[in-house]
Amino acid sequence: MLGRWEPFTQMEAEFNRLRDEMDRLFRRFGGNGNLWRRAVEFPAVDIWEDENDLFLEAELPGMELNDLEIYVTQGNQLTLKGKRTPPEVEGTWHRRERGFGEFTRVISLPVDVDADKVEATLKHGVLTVRLPKVAEARVRKIPVKAD
Amino acid sequence: MTELVKREGAETALVHEPTHQAQRTYVPRVDIVETDNELRLYADMPGVQPEDLDVRFENGLLTLHGKVRPRHKDVQYLYAEYGIGDYHREFAIHEDIDAGRISAQYRNGVLVITLPKSEQVKPKRIQVKAE
Repeated sequence: MLGRWEPFTQMEAEFNRLRDEMDRLFRRFGGNGNLWRRAVEFPAVDIWEDENDLFLEAELPGMELNDLEIYVTQGNQLTLKGKRTPPEVEGTWHRRERGFGEFTRVISLPVDVDADKVEATLKHGVLTVRLPKVAEARVRKIPVKAD
Repeated sequence: MTELVKREGAETALVHEPTHQAQRTYVPRVDIVETDNELRLYADMPGVQPEDLDVRFENGLLTLHGKVRPRHKDVQYLYAEYGIGDYHREFAIHEDIDAGRISAQYRNGVLVITLPKSEQVKPKRIQVKAE
């Protein structure tokens, strides 16, 4: 008996194959293989502020501060750079879901910060960076006098 | 590295905190490797205080749970690209495990669980005697 002709299934399979091929190409050239599926850059960040500082937080499990480079250029361009190395174990891998490798992310901060006074801490895989705003960027509260 | 983007649980539970803020549960990403002597599991669970980790092994079911305390309250986010919430995941382990010798370690936000195999299931090399 002949198999049913399923053009759409075939088309989908072809599309998936093509996408996988593209992913492989991206990976081979050092790019990001998952570009197609996820728009979020690594690492994902939370940024918030108070009057004097900007704060950035990112989840970077399995890394030490020594594995990271954090710097600010041009007043407000924050670069987070790092490398996560996989554990070296000889055996059969049943699951491999965690990502490894190098990453770089550049974030444009909304205000200029004092590049020399940036402080970073890494605790339980959570990176926290405090970025003091330059004096001109701080909120100045103007007392309003009422008659 | 985008593989590290947090995944929300299929069984995502909206837990109502006393503050009435809904907190999500995340499924930690894991690597599992098997050697002759043990199974080793690595789970990315950043931001958990070590005392808030709960690892259980019962009837072949390994359960990982990490309670995550809210880190920043009442802040106005400029970027909010990921959520903060508890971690939960369960695994059925089919291998014969020596439950009394399971150990767990938490370092830099990674939980590493070592499950030693029972003596009976370890591969043994049989000495061949020659006359």
